[in-house]
Amino acid sequence: MSVATLEDAGTPARAGAATVTLEIDGQPVSVPAGTSVMRAAALAGVKVPKLCATDSLEPFGSCRLCLVEIDGRRGTPASCTTPAEPGMRVTTQSDRLARLRRGVMELYISDHPLDCLTCAANGDCELQDMAGAVGLREVRYGYDGANHLEAAKDESNPYFTFDASKCIVCSRCVRACEEVQGTFALTIGERGFASHVSAGMDEAFLDSECVSCGACVQACPTATLTEKSVIEMGQPARSVVTTCAYCGVGCSFEAELQGSRVVRMTPHKDGRANHGHSCVKGRFAWGYATHADRVTRPMIRAAITDPWREVSWEEAIGHAASEFRRIQAKYGRGAVGGITSSRCTNEETFLVQKLIRAAFGNNNVDTCARVCHSPTGYGLKTAFGTSAGTQDFDSVMEADVVFVIGANPTDGHPVFASRLKRRLREGAKLIVADPRRIDLVHTPHVAAEHHLQLRPGTNVALINALAHVVATEGLMDEAFIAERCDPADFAVWLDFIRRPENAPEATEAMTGVPAAEVRAAARLYATGGRAAIYYGLGVTEHSQGSTMVMGMANLAMATGNLGRPGVGINPLRGQNNVQGACDMGSFPHELSGYRHISEEAPRALFEAAWGVRLDAEPGLRIPNMLDAALDGSFLGLYVQGEDIAQSDPNTRHVTAALAAMECVVVQDLFLNETAAYAHVFLPGASFLEKDGTFTNAERRISRVRRAIPPLAGKADWEVTVELAAALGYPMAYRHPSEIMDEIARLTPTFAGVSYERLDRLGSIQWPCNDAAPEGTPIMHVGGFARGRGQFVVTEFVPTDERTGPRFPLLLTTGRILSQYNVGAQTRRTANSVWHGEDVLEIHPHDAEHRGIRDGDRVALASRSGETALTARISERMQPGVVYTTFHHPESGANVVTTDYSDWATNCPEYKVTAVEVRATNRWSQWQEENERFREVAHRVGAGLEAAE
Amino acid sequence: MAGPAAAAEDAAFDAAAVIEIAEGLRGLEGPLLPILHAVNDRLGHVDARAVPLIADILNLSRAEVHGVVGFYHDFRRAPAGRHRVQVCRAEACQAMGGEALVQQLERRFGIPCGQTTADRQVTLEAVYCLGNCALSPAAMVDGALVGRADGERIAAAIAGRAP
Repeated sequence: MSVATLEDAGTPARAGAATVTLEIDGQPVSVPAGTSVMRAAALAGVKVPKLCATDSLEPFGSCRLCLVEIDGRRGTPASCTTPAEPGMRVTTQSDRLARLRRGVMELYISDHPLDCLTCAANGDCELQDMAGAVGLREVRYGYDGANHLEAAKDESNPYFTFDASKCIVCSRCVRACEEVQGTFALTIGERGFASHVSAGMDEAFLDSECVSCGACVQACPTATLTEKSVIEMGQPARSVVTTCAYCGVGCSFEAELQGSRVVRMTPHKDGRANHGHSCVKGRFAWGYATHADRVTRPMIRAAITDPWREVSWEEAIGHAASEFRRIQAKYGRGAVGGITSSRCTNEETFLVQKLIRAAFGNNNVDTCARVCHSPTGYGLKTAFGTSAGTQDFDSVMEADVVFVIGANPTDGHPVFASRLKRRLREGAKLIVADPRRIDLVHTPHVAAEHHLQLRPGTNVALINALAHVVATEGLMDEAFIAERCDPADFAVWLDFIRRPENAPEATEAMTGVPAAEVRAAARLYATGGRAAIYYGLGVTEHSQGSTMVMGMANLAMATGNLGRPGVGINPLRGQNNVQGACDMGSFPHELSGYRHISEEAPRALFEAAWGVRLDAEPGLRIPNMLDAALDGSFLGLYVQGEDIAQSDPNTRHVTAALAAMECVVVQDLFLNETAAYAHVFLPGASFLEKDGTFTNAERRISRVRRAIPPLAGKADWEVTVELAAALGYPMAYRHPSEIMDEIARLTPTFAGVSYERLDRLGSIQWPCNDAAPEGTPIMHVGGFARGRGQFVVTEFVPTDERTGPRFPLLLTTGRILSQYNVGAQTRRTANSVWHGEDVLEIHPHDAEHRGIRDGDRVALASRSGETALTARISERMQPGVVYTTFHHPESGANVVTTDYSDWATNCPEYKVTAVEVRATNRWSQWQEENERFREVAHRVGAGLEAAE
Repeated sequence: MAGPAAAAEDAAFDAAAVIEIAEGLRGLEGPLLPILHAVNDRLGHVDARAVPLIADILNLSRAEVHGVVGFYHDFRRAPAGRHRVQVCRAEACQAMGGEALVQQLERRFGIPCGQTTADRQVTLEAVYCLGNCALSPAAMVDGALVGRADGERIAAAIAGRAP
């Protein structure tokens, strides 16, 4: 790691106080019990030569390079596998050790190519470093003996190569795949001289079980596993610590650069969300940032059927501002609005909602959290008083029972899933509630005790049944409830939940989950020790999404599983900054920090700071904006970094509404599906191109740091500032840190947050204020944010979306590992080798009944619309349920989804659509029309291209 | 890379037997080796196609099972010939002419050590110590020890005669 900011101490840290004192080369050092001699030496500033040891992996003791002498002990023990003991006197350098180490290196090098000068690892090779460290000067065995120099190179993975000729069989890759990632895709094949690293059963990496997380590449001490980008470009010269812009795990990365070219992204060891781990998206799928499709010049057009015309920033921003003002003059102040992005920074999101509230003068601001985790905000705020998850990710390492509901962590949140799997391998028990048999149900070294394979749309019936068992079998934590929860609400809830219709035997007919299985799962959750719930969009994206969130809160409160490590209710947030976008006041009814716009005090605070009068009435939500557009009362929209034409449900309704507007301003990296309906296009900046912060699913605020200059010349926040100025509302910020300072001044939960403190602490979990100056890893310790926890009656009201003769199957949607959301980024990377198109998963029975074979094209129709996809027959599905993803615009998954939504928050019911599937040999009418329309709507005028 | 496993691809494969064995023994502590032994014994080798089945039943990755199969040479990865001839090439037997015996047998069967005759009658393999050093050079034919081995005694054992 030539530019890494942290040294490798050789073996992992051990918890506890430094109680063991020993001497390394005469220097005293104190370490926690269980620390290796190697790590103790590193902490004393003494480097012991090593090859098979690295501090991300347990010691292995195979390379025999780290031998040391210990007073009073025979021989030369390996320092990596020898625990430090009190009073030990260790010598790391002597003539004898030098001879031994040189002898070992001679053997390694006798079977290693001597092409260092042209090797991709030149400058970043531990083998080369160790040859230097031990003073290797000759190889007495020569180089002509049996060797592996002609071993084949595996280049099947799009991002890294495996060059077996350079492998020293240290097993670091194999151990990383097991210990860090938990996939077990690698092994050592054969033995003795024939020992070699084998992916799967001596398969190509791409064909093996490998998920391309990069842990093996990170662990490899030689050129054997090397990023193709490094092979192509050479070693990076500098690095910038920043935060990944994919999922809500919010991994910390080092962007490693040559000048302003990214060479690679490597996970940051100090990152407290990821602890040095990564997934295929964050580690490798960053090439979209410089993809040829990036639009780097502002563009405008009069009508969406016109070609785009490239213009200056001034003209584009001026045009957008004058259009918004024209629309407001003609149709009223409320005829325009905007959508903030969970992909953008906190600072950018804050500015967009500020622009809307202060410059547009209305509250018509919403965010894409509307369509994913708005029920989380509503439900958790109602129950506990805070619209956020209760734990940090590290908490999972102390859980005894993990209940995963409506989430697929190995695909959606892979780095968290790796930690979860590690904890499960340590013995924690797993319960999964999901209509599909997700990987966690049965994957190497992990098996769910209970897979509650419920029918889509019956979450609330299931959670009530679980709570019923807890409440009727004497499994409640009476002391916790008495001390921490509101007694009146609890009494009402208890009466409700004990009713016979909530018994598992009664709900079985609705959920399809056998009563005995529900009872067993409830007993395990209630009595298995510290129990933690992790959930995803399979909970929220339902017409009872908010009810389900409160149902889970009820269950956790009833069993006392809140307010300490290892327990809690934890939303796995979809996008990098969903939490942040919600925190920043993106919802029409809330100012930053979840204060209702109708509340006098917070509104007055903002009015004073911003120098404007704020409307006390909540504005329009996204679905309201779309409906109003079709009514002719909402005609101007500013969309930052969101693609509602692909991501929002019932596509034809969304696009009809967009087409009805007079001015749609899209700010994005690419001409996305929504841009096809736009009149102004403002080029966006990727996360590599700007400063700011993201807040992940554990409320962790992490810095995003500019690694390369913005391709279009401006960071997104700068564009919003200029748009506000053009609207006659100047905002004077010189740097995003000043925006954060304003957020901190106006938001009690962020009061202690500043860039200076973030730089000092690395990251901060809000609330961060005088009471918790370094942040709050675990919420509701000792008492709930709202005072007493609120039990809420969660009656199961089934969705109006029902199967019937015309639409007998249920469609549920989700995501897969290699693609991300609407795919705007990942489709523009080599990740598409894993998932080149969206497919429809269907159970063999349903397929056979319809004469559908694996790989057939099928029509997928609902009452909303119809599309066509390729079928994949899969026993992951239960009969009667089909599944697809929405990563590719051509597949039109959301043409099929409906406009049913959560009763409280309007979060769409993506997870339940009644459909029919039939074999077809053609694309749907929507697909053909949309293809033609996109060709027209995405045209860029010829004149300006010629001017380039 | 698949080597011997690839050779077996075309051969018939009794998946049901593998599943039955693996399901039957999965409850043992450390069930993988007993399962591999049982498959090897019953089907004559551990076919590459058995590996994912065993891995799935034991909740292991196929890489892990593959690694174990490859580590132990006693697990065959392709069907053996009708008769299996194992000749010791460890130190004591080498001292007593074991290497010459290997060469003699390679000539006699017309195959290098580690392979099977074209008529699939004989598989010749090296082993490293049968624990019968007192009667070096040692060999084993179809599981029965042959002490003071030579070409004739081995041929006799193959033919089913007492050597």
